Amino acid sequence: MEFLAPFVEVYTLDHFKFLLEGFAVTLKVAAISIVLSFVIGGLIGTVRYARIPVVSKLLALVVETIRNLPLLLIIFFTYFALPEIGLEMEISTAAIAALTVFESAMISEIIRGGLNSIEKGQIEAGRASGLTYIQTLRYIILPQALRRMVPPIVSQFISLLKDTSLAVVIALPDLLHNGQIIYAQKGSYVIPVFIIMALMYFIVNYALSLVARKLELKQS
Amino acid sequence: MLDFSILTDNLDAFLQGLKITIISSLIALLSSFIGGTLIAVLRMAPVKPLNWLGTAYVEFIRNIPVLVIIFFTYLAGNFGGMTAGTIGLTIYTAAFIAEAIRAGIMSVPKGQMEAARSTGLSYGQAMRLVVLPQAIKIVIPSLGNQFINLVKNSSLLAVVAGGDLMYQGDLISAKTYVTFDTYILVALFYLILTIPLSLGVGFLEKRMARSH
Repeated sequence: MEFLAPFVEVYTLDHFKFLLEGFAVTLKVAAISIVLSFVIGGLIGTVRYARIPVVSKLLALVVETIRNLPLLLIIFFTYFALPEIGLEMEISTAAIAALTVFESAMISEIIRGGLNSIEKGQIEAGRASGLTYIQTLRYIILPQALRRMVPPIVSQFISLLKDTSLAVVIALPDLLHNGQIIYAQKGSYVIPVFIIMALMYFIVNYALSLVARKLELKQS
Repeated sequence: MLDFSILTDNLDAFLQGLKITIISSLIALLSSFIGGTLIAVLRMAPVKPLNWLGTAYVEFIRNIPVLVIIFFTYLAGNFGGMTAGTIGLTIYTAAFIAEAIRAGIMSVPKGQMEAARSTGLSYGQAMRLVVLPQAIKIVIPSLGNQFINLVKNSSLLAVVAGGDLMYQGDLISAKTYVTFDTYILVALFYLILTIPLSLGVGFLEKRMARSH
């Protein structure tokens, strides 16, 4: 039973509390980032859908660039490179900023795809009934499109929750970070700590993925 | 203006990092394609416990961060950073490729399997010779997307000193104290890899959509 000893040593109330504190930071940073990304991504996606000259093309360039870069690079850049041009941020602010930049680009594509999935005839019908373009978007197109976007946005939130772990590289005190502090004490702690961390991520993300799947089924 | 002396002074390091990024992504793509195909077949096999095994793998791995997996392979195994990172990327990506291939297998009409079985092929032979080749053709664009993700995710090798592009960028910025320009150059190197891949995948997706 020797191999069980590290499990007994690691699985104490204090360690669990410490890991949960980390997980709370993970959830908080992810939640703030998803709300910001939804707002910014929503705006970008709508502007690109509306094909506003120059602006839409410019945004397309920005979105494609960000989507094709590793998130880790964006995090490093935000925290280590931006201070060089006078933009200094706290760790959690930098983490939220980097995640928001990356996820906004992702979500803008979901929004644009959702908007594009609504038949063009609806815009014409809206305009023909006397609504302005903006009103047509707001009252007719967006409400329908939003319903279709919910499942992919939940999936994106799962990605975001997982991606938050990358902020350990700038020492955000999240779940992975607190786990590292525990397993750094002793080599034999690695496996028990990883099992617990993986389970915590798994439980929340799996629950979210079930929600996404249920919503998807409901729609089809 | 960008300080290009960072590039010229450290060209060897950048190229070395680029090489590791490409090699690691390619190896991970190939091995997760093999692993993902096996898992997809497990999930579709007419033996319940095998289905459960496949499903458990996919659901578990897809819902934990790839960085957690890479740290685990690095700490639990006796590997160098590049090997541990590539194994971690493979474990993670295989779950996503398995899902893509499963969707591909399901989109092949059932009659294909039945026809193959009735000509005397075993289940395994019918799967390997008739169903899988058709399924894989359908999932080529999503394999392309996974490859783009792999190139981006391979930056996590930097965290376990894997010697990739991101890692070299970190070293150069630590050495020169020129962080901003170094990271911009690293970004450009990544874009050289990912933009053509994205354009290629977009082209494939459009062509597939038209042929259906």
